[in-house]
Amino acid sequence: MEISNTSINEIIMAKYGEIALKGQNKRTFEDILVRNVKKAFTGLGKFKYERMQSTLYITPESQETDLEQAIVCLSRVFGLGAIQKCAVLPKDFDRIVEQGMPYLESTLKHAKTFKVEAKRSDKTFPMNTPVIQRELGGAVLEAYPHLQVDVHNPDVVVLLEIRDKGAYLNLQRLPGAGGIPVGSSGAGLLLLSGGHDSPVAAYMIAKRGVRIDAVHFHSPPYTSERALMKVESLCRQLKDYLVNIRLHIVEFAEVQEAIRNNCPEEYSTLILRRCMVKAANILCSKKLETGNNIYKALITGESLGQVASQTLSAIGCTDNAAELPVLRPLIGMDKTEIVSIARKIGTFDISSEPYEDCCTVFTPKHPKTNPKLQDVELIESRFDYEGLILKSIENMKISDFA
Amino acid sequence: MSIIYFDNAASAKPCEEAITVFNTVIRENFANPASLHKGGIEAEKIITQAKATILSRILPLSIRNNADLIFTSGATESNNLAIIKSVKPRGKTKIVTTAIEHPGVDNAIEQLSPQYEIVRVPPEDLNHLPDMVDENTALVSMTAVCSETGFVVNTPKIYAEIKARFVDCIVHVDAAQGFLKVPSDGDLISISAHKIGGFPGLGGLVVKKGVRIEPMLFGGGQQKGIRAGTEPTALIAAFAAATAVERNPDVGVLASELDYGLVTLGMKINSDFRGNISVPEITNFSCGVKSEVMLHFLAEHGIYVSSGSACSRGKKSRVLAAHGIPDKDIDTAIRVSFAAHNRVYEVDTFLNILEKGLKRWK
Repeated sequence: MEISNTSINEIIMAKYGEIALKGQNKRTFEDILVRNVKKAFTGLGKFKYERMQSTLYITPESQETDLEQAIVCLSRVFGLGAIQKCAVLPKDFDRIVEQGMPYLESTLKHAKTFKVEAKRSDKTFPMNTPVIQRELGGAVLEAYPHLQVDVHNPDVVVLLEIRDKGAYLNLQRLPGAGGIPVGSSGAGLLLLSGGHDSPVAAYMIAKRGVRIDAVHFHSPPYTSERALMKVESLCRQLKDYLVNIRLHIVEFAEVQEAIRNNCPEEYSTLILRRCMVKAANILCSKKLETGNNIYKALITGESLGQVASQTLSAIGCTDNAAELPVLRPLIGMDKTEIVSIARKIGTFDISSEPYEDCCTVFTPKHPKTNPKLQDVELIESRFDYEGLILKSIENMKISDFA
Repeated sequence: MSIIYFDNAASAKPCEEAITVFNTVIRENFANPASLHKGGIEAEKIITQAKATILSRILPLSIRNNADLIFTSGATESNNLAIIKSVKPRGKTKIVTTAIEHPGVDNAIEQLSPQYEIVRVPPEDLNHLPDMVDENTALVSMTAVCSETGFVVNTPKIYAEIKARFVDCIVHVDAAQGFLKVPSDGDLISISAHKIGGFPGLGGLVVKKGVRIEPMLFGGGQQKGIRAGTEPTALIAAFAAATAVERNPDVGVLASELDYGLVTLGMKINSDFRGNISVPEITNFSCGVKSEVMLHFLAEHGIYVSSGSACSRGKKSRVLAAHGIPDKDIDTAIRVSFAAHNRVYEVDTFLNILEKGLKRWK
């Protein structure tokens, strides 16, 4: 029974998530999805891409392709509902059994129970679905007599799909990242601190199709070069999900000093956050050649009540400074829920590095938890921070992660 | 911008002598010192010679004829080997150490904490440390010089007192900072190459005759089976070369200039211990500005120092707390550490920049 699997062609079937349900603009979503998949496969070899029946068929075209790594990368591309690696077989039941049984060996020899599922979208295929299932199940039992059928909790599901172009036999169906393709919902600007929350916020909004760039406020000498290196590591980690990120690095030490020298300590964090939002407004006001704004929203990792600057009153004051909608996907989440996503997307360990970030250096002992907007505006009217913010934007540095 | 390097206690600037010897040995004596051919024998000779040189530099001088030197990957490995692989239960239940140990000692002892009662003696009581030792004590481990404050522990005196009463209690001394600066005596003594002008990646454990330790690493049986792994000939030769470099003759002047300048600026000096001495190479003071901020400011001006201890970035120093320094001063503590290459004008520049920083924030 030792027939080398290399004689069988393997492909990846990447099945669309909710864009399969789209109407006339489905094509636009598909184009973006395929572009993102190609981007994710950079360096993994040459592939051929075909779209059929809400599925992207990805066929390796060279010997050097790394199919396993391709599947890992694919699992981070938003817009896909499921990912399967499968063997391509001729649409002839006898040959499916003849070639397919050896292909299943490495998985089935360690299993105790199995079940067979079949799908037939090519209705010209002479057997109907129940017949295919019964016959294929019989063939598996004959080839692997140690197995037993268990339709409720099988160790392995053997799935055969009869589609227009061929028969596809596979064993595992991995969940896709879900969501819709990054770039199909416009672009947003993320306020990225280096903590656990903002990377998770980026992940959640990117999942809904938004292309994300980030702004980080860096405050040397109050913060270390290592704090900036940490933010750059976060961008590299997030890139798999976000496709590409432009990181704007804005030096904010002078703004923070002005706030400390001119504002009551209990308001300093809140006013700093408003200044960050105002700096982000300036970045967002930059136009594309078409005259439209690049960014259509701000994205933050705020979670209601997590700290004093994230109470309902404080968020109201921060929100008031924004000129664009502020998306806060974590607003109703607990820290434990946020951390579990951070672990899943690989940002947890990076965010856990101990370097002080821009938010913690000037932290007041007793911040105002119930600030009033008119008080905040009165305090702000007493000093010129706008010039300092403009200056910080002029001196901004940019790093691209693509 | 020329750099003023005042972080030698974290990792000393390698001395030219070590670099020269390293370059020669790595080119010419790269053979495995265990090999039977001439190349191997030459390498082995270099190691034997280097070992004698290093042992001869340990004070008190009596140690050189009475001990062997095991090379390790660094003082952390030496400390782990000495602490974890020298103790044998034999009914003993207690380990005595100090509250001012480097994490390389403290965390190694912590590994033994379920089986042993651990007594951490605060610095002001160290003269009475021998009184804390009893017939149940398996091990005493103490630093010769505190890495954060330069505080000196009189290990030869404590060692002699313990051995006079409890001859089978093992005494380990962590001399990573103390080597070449103060006399250090114990049954086992840890030293490190990169704290004295050699390179990181090499340390040593001095083992007195008659003291038994078990190996941590198993392999080709090198170094009498205690520490398997091919000896790095060039690193060892460079270590020996670095030990031959004289201590900075001006280090006392550097320290007193620094002290005077700091006091003039109103700084609180944490390494000034009444009735006890500290090494002039290390000065710890509280500047009143959060240490990380001052550290970055100094670094922008090309001056490299440490906040607390470099190994525990961001964490509050338990060693400074053990010295009775209040939390608010720990938050603003800066460690300046000198080596042979430092000059008095660098101290003046440092004080000028520090004053600028203080004006900006105070």
